[in-house]
Amino acid sequence: MLKDKIYEDFNLNRNVLLDNFSEPIRQLKHKAFESFVKLGFPHIKLENWRHTNLKNIIENDYKHCFSPSDKDVDIEQLFQCELPEMDTYTVIQYNGWFMSRNNDISLMDNGVIIGSLNKAFKEYPEIVEKHFGKYTAVEKRSLEALNTAFAQDGIFIFVPDNVKLEKPIQIINILDADTNLITQPRNLFIIGKNSELTLVHCDHSILHRQSLINSLSEIFIDENGFVDHYKMQNKDAESTLITTINVHVESNARISTNALILNGGVIRNNVNVKLNGKNAQADLKGLYLVDRKQHVDNQVFIHHASSHCYSKQLYKGIIDDDARAVFNGRILVDKDAQKTDAYQTNKNILLTDNASVHSQPQLEIYADDVKCSHGSTVGQLDPNAMFYLRSRGICEHSSRMLLMYAFASEVVDTITIEALKYRLDTMVSKRLKGELSICDQCVLHCSEKAPDFLKMDFKPIV
Amino acid sequence: MLSIKNLEVSIDNKVILKNFNIEVKAGEVHAIMGPNGTGKSTLANVIAGREGYEVLNGDIIYKGKSILESKPEERAREGIFLGFQYPVEIPGVSITNFMKTAVNEIRKHKGLDPMPAGEFLSMLKEKKKIVEMNTTLASRSVNQGFSGGEKKKNEIFQMAVLEPQLAILDETDSGLDIDALRIVAHGINSLKNKDNATIVITHYQRLLDYIVPDFVHVLYGGRIVKTGGKELALELEEKGYDWIKQEIDI
Repeated sequence: MLKDKIYEDFNLNRNVLLDNFSEPIRQLKHKAFESFVKLGFPHIKLENWRHTNLKNIIENDYKHCFSPSDKDVDIEQLFQCELPEMDTYTVIQYNGWFMSRNNDISLMDNGVIIGSLNKAFKEYPEIVEKHFGKYTAVEKRSLEALNTAFAQDGIFIFVPDNVKLEKPIQIINILDADTNLITQPRNLFIIGKNSELTLVHCDHSILHRQSLINSLSEIFIDENGFVDHYKMQNKDAESTLITTINVHVESNARISTNALILNGGVIRNNVNVKLNGKNAQADLKGLYLVDRKQHVDNQVFIHHASSHCYSKQLYKGIIDDDARAVFNGRILVDKDAQKTDAYQTNKNILLTDNASVHSQPQLEIYADDVKCSHGSTVGQLDPNAMFYLRSRGICEHSSRMLLMYAFASEVVDTITIEALKYRLDTMVSKRLKGELSICDQCVLHCSEKAPDFLKMDFKPIV
Repeated sequence: MLSIKNLEVSIDNKVILKNFNIEVKAGEVHAIMGPNGTGKSTLANVIAGREGYEVLNGDIIYKGKSILESKPEERAREGIFLGFQYPVEIPGVSITNFMKTAVNEIRKHKGLDPMPAGEFLSMLKEKKKIVEMNTTLASRSVNQGFSGGEKKKNEIFQMAVLEPQLAILDETDSGLDIDALRIVAHGINSLKNKDNATIVITHYQRLLDYIVPDFVHVLYGGRIVKTGGKELALELEEKGYDWIKQEIDI
């Protein structure tokens, strides 16, 4: 049982999990562990876990990596960007650990700090301690507690006030091991007043061993700041990927997220946003194209804690074969959060009788002057549109493709990075034709067939 | 070109067309008129192959062969075009992509290679002129957010691109102001030649001021009850449908 293994791992590795940290962090991690012991792994009796059963997954054994890999990993050999035309700063997370051939943490000329969270704990303790764990519910959500207890490393980004990072930062999360692996990557992104950051977060695995990723990112966006966050998930069928993003948005600040899920075993994405100041905005989007026995669960929680805030959720999915999709969108509007605008849309297309979707909106509104709407649809392709296309000579198969592609494009079109949008567009259309293999999007060298133009040098951060 | 014999069609077990007959030859323009609910749209849909209609009797012969068993796309590839009364909005599919897919599937059916991109785009540009369309086709989704007039222009634009042999235009004049009507009618007229045929389905006579039919048929109670020349349309406009009803019901 994984739970026993976790107790054992924690107790045997207290030196690296607790003792290495400053007092406040140590206390928090300790509290988090106790909370995990109390809560245990989520189970299907919990409302938010009713449709995602981890039972079989946590019966397996997985190994933690308590130190960075000592394997001589050649990043150039390992990494090839599938988006050569996308100009980014690239950082790599290898089995949960920040990896760089230069510095583990860098301070750029404009005051931006990028690097290993592990190093940031030591080198920038005031910044880290002010935010680490502050946007995370360790008492209530057991996987966030588990991550906090085991958190050792991840990506740390600090953008000071009034800095707009022009290039996106691309985070490549790679799993590479010859045993079953569990990782608990922990990221912390702090964005100052009037500052902007674009993040592209990609998840990959090299070996098709069983893996369990329980990642947690905390994002703090100060007044008038903006974060544009993309998550690309194209994982193998043996993987379980649980990601949580906790976002704290101050007044006039904005968060935009886009989760693009094209392959995977079991995927669970939690996005928790607190709109904490007047005029804060959240624009959350997701697209999932799943087939075979895949399982994708998107959980969104938006907390309108202040007045005049705006939130919008747009999640769309096409579910094929025996795949299952879950969407749970919760909107909480506090008593004082007057003039709230909150919208939620979840649209699904089921392609087979065995495909299923569970879509659930939850609205909790305590203010009286709000505009909230939610809509959820589950259906097949529009027969009128099908006939319209076919009446122009387009065969049934192509008509379906066109409509599915169109359905997906509502989400893809919102991508603001042109190269990424183009790439996603191609991938979605390949995926719908059944031509997208996991290697297509993969940044790794497992295929010799990768065309030359895709091969690109790893760009170290400055 | 088209020969419909004794056609009987039902939808949801309700008979809509019964004992319906028509002969259409290349180079001809036929107008089918009639009050609401007499089966005009059913006729258009059945010829185009829409699902949900049951043919109980009779046959539709197109270019010498029965098409009752053909799929809508097969009929389209053989040159049948339906101008929709209510063109469907398809968010996310650009007009360019839509037409490119259609043109190339039809070409493939004819054993031709896909049309080169440059040639295709300049062809689209030419066809746009026919209906004075100034929409940016590449960026706009099919019919999404189009006004009634734009939708109908888009139908005729598609007709111009696909160059059908038999065009069935279902209430193409409905919802058009006089300027749009003139443009749409001009488009239809300019696409007419001796090898193709057009069936114009309409409620009002006004479209026929612009498109001069060779034959006017009155559809009532699921069948053609009267056929005449273009002057029949004028008579209908003047007297309404009631005199026909009286004639029939007696």
